[in-house]
Amino acid sequence: MVEWTDFERETIKSIFGKLDYDEVGLAALCRCLVVYPWTQRYFGNFGNLYNADAINANPMVAAHGKVVLNGLDKAVKNMDNIKGTYAELSVLHSEKLRVDPDNFRLLADCLTIVVAARMGADFTAEVQAAFQKFLAVVVSSLCRQYY
Amino acid sequence: MSLSANDKANVTAIWKKILPKSDDIGDQALSRMLTVYPQTKTYFAHFADLSPGSPQVRKHGDVIMNKIDDCVNHMDDLFPYLSGLSDLHATKLRIDPANFKILAHNLLVVVAAYLPNDFTPEVHLSVDKFLQQIALALAEKYR
Repeated sequence: MVEWTDFERETIKSIFGKLDYDEVGLAALCRCLVVYPWTQRYFGNFGNLYNADAINANPMVAAHGKVVLNGLDKAVKNMDNIKGTYAELSVLHSEKLRVDPDNFRLLADCLTIVVAARMGADFTAEVQAAFQKFLAVVVSSLCRQYY
Repeated sequence: MSLSANDKANVTAIWKKILPKSDDIGDQALSRMLTVYPQTKTYFAHFADLSPGSPQVRKHGDVIMNKIDDCVNHMDDLFPYLSGLSDLHATKLRIDPANFKILAHNLLVVVAAYLPNDFTPEVHLSVDKFLQQIALALAEKYR
């Protein structure tokens, strides 16, 4: 069972409450595909991923960014049972999509940086700690069904 | 993953904007690392005060950031330039090199917070590669 302090719960709900899921989803996924180009291996059917501008303009990237953020939203709404909430998603990513779990960490880091860019000084060390703890729990839950 | 001409240009350009705030950015990155990754505090048992705003932490953030600033002018000879520091880290400080990645991540977060419009995905890529090269150079003498 993950223990969340009141500060952590409020911080997570507050951050996600203010995010434009469409915009941030695209920004985080785009950044991941640019900064860690090997992650493009999972998006062979996405068409033009030749450079940062192409990736940013790609409607399939935007659509998928939205899917990811809405997936995170499930965890935000079920912070006391992220493990259970993600059981099926974990099977999907391991059995069907076959994503190397290290990529979850890379995307989490990119999302952290995108949120930091939007929040500026409000993204204090304590807020960052809460945000990264939340993402670490999400990543761990996604990794659970791998064998 | 060595630095291309484009990477060097990106790093040089963004560092012009980082330099004026270098002290704050260095301090922020180091104290963020100590808060978000508490295991890194194990390397600072000799510091009386590790709380945010601590003068010792600020001073050490300056030391680290000043050296990274210097490395911007030595992107073509990073390994020879950092040879002495690599000896220090290998034989005396013996910091697990995994922590270089952790500090790099926190530096990226702070730069993103300070310069959101300049820290585009392409610039992020170049700065990340630059910091990883520094980490490699520092770990060079470890074994």
